[in-house]
Amino acid sequence: MKREPPQSIADYGPLFFPAGMLLIFFVVPFGTMIAVSFFQRQEGGFYTPAFVFTNYERFLSAFFGGVLGFSLILAVTVAICCVVLALPFTYLLSTLSRRLQVIWLVGLLSVLSLSEVIIGFAWSTLLSRTAGLSNLLVKVGLLDQPVALFPSFGAVLTGMVYQALPYTVLVLYPAIVRLDPTLMEAARTLGSSPIRAFFNVLVPALRNTIMATLIMVFIFALGSYLLPQILGRPQHWTLSVLITDQAIYQSNMPFAAAMAVFLVLVTLGLVALTLLIGRKGEKA
Amino acid sequence: MSGLVLNNVTKQFGAFTAVDKVQLAVPHGTFVCLLGPSGCGKTTLLRMIAGLEDPTAGAILLDGTDITGVPTHKRNLGMVFQSLALFPHLSVGENIAYPLRIRGAPREEQKKRVDELLALIHLPGYGDRPVSKLSGGQRQRVAIARALALSPKIFLLDEPLSALDAKLREAMQVELRQLQQKLGITTIVVTHDQREAMTMADTVVVMNGGHIRQAASPIEIYRKPADTFVADFIGSTNLIETEADNTGAATIFGHRVTGLSLPAGARTATISVRPEDVHLTAPGNGAIDGTVTFVRDLGGTIETFVEAGGQQIIAVSTPRERPDVVAGQAVGIALSPEVCVVLKQ
Ligand SMILES: Nc1ncnc2c1ncn2[C@@H]1O[C@H](COP(=O)(O)OP(=O)(O)OP(=O)(O)O)[C@@H](O)[C@H]1O
Ligand SMILES: [Mg+2]
Repeated sequence: MKREPPQSIADYGPLFFPAGMLLIFFVVPFGTMIAVSFFQRQEGGFYTPAFVFTNYERFLSAFFGGVLGFSLILAVTVAICCVVLALPFTYLLSTLSRRLQVIWLVGLLSVLSLSEVIIGFAWSTLLSRTAGLSNLLVKVGLLDQPVALFPSFGAVLTGMVYQALPYTVLVLYPAIVRLDPTLMEAARTLGSSPIRAFFNVLVPALRNTIMATLIMVFIFALGSYLLPQILGRPQHWTLSVLITDQAIYQSNMPFAAAMAVFLVLVTLGLVALTLLIGRKGEKA
Repeated sequence: MSGLVLNNVTKQFGAFTAVDKVQLAVPHGTFVCLLGPSGCGKTTLLRMIAGLEDPTAGAILLDGTDITGVPTHKRNLGMVFQSLALFPHLSVGENIAYPLRIRGAPREEQKKRVDELLALIHLPGYGDRPVSKLSGGQRQRVAIARALALSPKIFLLDEPLSALDAKLREAMQVELRQLQQKLGITTIVVTHDQREAMTMADTVVVMNGGHIRQAASPIEIYRKPADTFVADFIGSTNLIETEADNTGAATIFGHRVTGLSLPAGARTATISVRPEDVHLTAPGNGAIDGTVTFVRDLGGTIETFVEAGGQQIIAVSTPRERPDVVAGQAVGIALSPEVCVVLKQ
């Protein structure tokens, strides 16, 4: 089937609705947010239209810079953990019979239906001293007495990886299923053990998919603001937590908006950089 | 015995038997073609030789050693897949060097071997190209070179030429055969194109329904098909029912055929006569009589359709020996006993 370019304005008709929705529900709010980020804050939770940089200046302090850095590192770590866990898992899943694959995918989808709050509290119970996993270790004899495994960085990471893993698997799954299975078989006939073939055939062949998945999970993890609060200490709070805090509890909309804009810009910058590096690697 | 031996190899998928008690010996240096209709178990058999599929029963031996349980990557074989399975992220040279890299061969050695192989497949200087920029025939050759990089003991190819157009395919058949003879490598090719099998093979193995029907040289398969399936599958043929009369001599449609006898004890048998072995004579002069129904003159060959005993018999002749007949004419059909092959039931 040949695709013809649209001839008249009317041919663009089907695009009007989504374009309108995007304009009303994305461009306009985002524009408002950018505008608000330059407004002047008044005492008592109000703000007046202005064009000042105070909100951005405040953000450039060491404290907020540190939080931004931590958020980025956390999101990158979550993305890497998810892909490292999901890649072999999804590959093994793709080698199972159709029936088993469906059962696994339905299971993963049901994890997706859990809300962030439920995941947070479930993990806080699992990692607690009184009812948590460490009691099992004591039973087995690996520990002398139960310990609290949260709040900690590990707990935040575990919770967020748990939350993002189903997404990661579902994004990788179609690409892995579509990959020619004879590639792996060919590698084996050429003297590669299955594990080596996984690393030097499957991973490089899926390079672009892996890159895209990393970026997706990274962005997903950047937005997380409940799990760091439930499972972490204040030093594990992400920028999203601070934005919520400023917007809702401190009623400082202009500053919250400035932080949100900054976060979006940094994220876009990092994604662009990653794609650029990926493009270079491709050419080499 | 040296070479590859398949001993009662069987493969079942659930209750379905894809390969049934296959018995085959392939001496070193032979070129074998597995030939048969779709779904007869050729690919499954090849994959079992490669270790990509475990036989349900039976054993595979290489030079007297049982390799049935040996994992694929330790079998030292080269395989070309129907999809070719070239690694999309590697260049032509890197694809060919892949097995050498896996073995940890030094860089210079890898480069030397790649150049050697590129020369062998007539693609010198193509090492740095991405595989996606090659034509179908070139990819074919790269896949062959990669499979040969480690000088394997056994070379397996699953319908390697099926994606090529007819002209290129014929050229590649000759090339592949010449390459195999130059290297003296034991080669097993799956195909369902009988021309391809006849062109390349030392031994043609005809399979059907998971069984080997006949394994013999191309000319023997053609001249002396073992059963009706082989006779019908290879080339075109006339299958004629014969009956023994009370003296034991063979009769066709009630006429005795002098010199032709059926296997001891058999009352009936099917014989195969190739169309080019059927000669037309004056009515009453041949073994049986019939009526010409149609003459197809193709220039290079002339096919005469004759109806005899309620059956259609085709005779093929060259323009030089053109039978002077027209549709509706009565003719005799001469069948010398040496061209009648009595088939197993
Ligand atoms: N993994 C499998 N599970 C179940 N049945 C299978 C499997 N692989 C093959 N079969 C069946 O085994 C039979 C033989 O398959 P095979 O691929 O060996 O045929 P083939 O001779 O190579 O046919 P073709 O010429 O079409 O490639 C087929 O009926 C096929 O459906
Ligand atoms: Mg096949």
